[in-house]
Amino acid sequence: MAESSHAGASPAAPARSDAARAAPGALALTWRQYRLERRMFWRNPSAAFFNFLLPLLFLAAGGAILSGSQHDLNKLVPSIAGMSVMSTTFTALAYNIVFLRERGVLKRMRGTPLPTISYIGGLAASAVTNTVLQIGIVILAGRAFFGIGWPHDWLSLLVFVLVGVVSLAALGVAFAHVIPNFESTAAYVNAVFLPVVFVSFYVFDSSSAPGFLRSIAEGLPLKPLISGLSGALVTGSALGSNLDELAVIALWALFGLWFAVRGFSWESSRR
Amino acid sequence: MRGIDITVRRGEVFGLLGPNGAGKTTTVEILEGYRARSGGDVSVLGHDPARRSIELRRQIGIVLQSGGIYSQITPREALRHWAGFYPAPRDVEEVLELAGLRDSAEVRSRRLSGGQLRRLDFALALVGDPELIFLDEPTTGFDPEARRAAWETIRSLRDLGKTILLTTHYLDEAQELADRVAIVKDGRVLAIGAPRELGAGAAKYRIAYRDAAGELVEHETEDPTRLLAELASRALAEGWRLQELSVARPTLEDVYLELTADG
Repeated sequence: MAESSHAGASPAAPARSDAARAAPGALALTWRQYRLERRMFWRNPSAAFFNFLLPLLFLAAGGAILSGSQHDLNKLVPSIAGMSVMSTTFTALAYNIVFLRERGVLKRMRGTPLPTISYIGGLAASAVTNTVLQIGIVILAGRAFFGIGWPHDWLSLLVFVLVGVVSLAALGVAFAHVIPNFESTAAYVNAVFLPVVFVSFYVFDSSSAPGFLRSIAEGLPLKPLISGLSGALVTGSALGSNLDELAVIALWALFGLWFAVRGFSWESSRR
Repeated sequence: MRGIDITVRRGEVFGLLGPNGAGKTTTVEILEGYRARSGGDVSVLGHDPARRSIELRRQIGIVLQSGGIYSQITPREALRHWAGFYPAPRDVEEVLELAGLRDSAEVRSRRLSGGQLRRLDFALALVGDPELIFLDEPTTGFDPEARRAAWETIRSLRDLGKTILLTTHYLDEAQELADRVAIVKDGRVLAIGAPRELGAGAAKYRIAYRDAAGELVEHETEDPTRLLAELASRALAEGWRLQELSVARPTLEDVYLELTADG
């Protein structure tokens, strides 16, 4: 008898709110989009696995091999922290954007009144949430199992994570433009991710790395990020002593943002 | 595209009919704001779609030829989310009902059938309560039952007073659904009008009967009045009858085949 309660209403009264209602704002829509992205993320077990479990497995395996040497553990934790930033932003966004583009989700979204800034903002904020969670887990593990204690310089940590996230997220979106179809995404992403991680880990860890390799690693964004995170998490070297590293990451951020915006494609090129 | 000049009236279902590669999707994507035009004037509800204003996008609903959706989302969640993009959306449950998705409202989209996904496409285009709905090849690849169901949905959209621009390469679809049709080929409009009227000038009437010897005779003519008068006076003069006489108006199919024939 639900109808009876409406019996007094005028029959002409509209069943839903009319156009006088305020249109949803870009900020509210970004938040809605962010919440949807989070819900979808947790429903996809393989994405959750790659984002959280894989770096933790690296951390556990590295910890098992290097246990006993605090010097090595001090190198391991910031390395994994840097890798986590890269995998949650660069890797995840490149995968995500290619998937959404090839499946036609981007094109569909573009046809709605959802502002572009809200859509991309929601996607990026979701990736950054994973970064923050991941860094949090690495810090906790460093404190609990690797004898590193709490971060020595929170400001430095904040600045490096922030600049690293902007840089690697933008590079991930930019890199998605290069990937022609979803089937080849893993090949493209790993062709970049794995060499960058190995070179950066090696140069960061070894003082005897060949000069040319060192120059390459110092010029890429990950090794400077790891150095900065090492200062924040382990050695406590002040932000001021890592300005070169910060500059390199910031330059990559500008480069990434420029290509991310310029080359953005809403549709699959296959028709 | 060579030049397409059409005006779609408010509240009508307008069909763009033509073979694959005729320029239907290109035309619609210019109107939807997906593509830039190289020339000409386009006005959609008083807006230039190339400027992609949010105000225009609030008033249109788009069903793409193939549009993807989050694989882990359910129809009810998707509609609730989409409804949030619009200032005055329709009621989500009502839209689920209208699109025939009530029973699959809680099923993740990767488990939906092709027909159900297409219903979800309709529902998502509808939930913002748009004035104008674009349907690009809405039933391509459907089995007959799913096509009928989609046609029903499109008719109910028209009954809601929506303006609908439909592209199709199926004649029966255009004939069933459209108030007016433009036949397009090679980026050009070949004919335009109501499906029943389109036959009038463009193609020939077909007149058939059995003659004195019982042979079936067929004539095609652009002037059935004159031919019938001639046939009748001859039959009367010679004392036989035009048995099984039939006069067939050209169908949309005749017009279409004649207009889109190569060479």
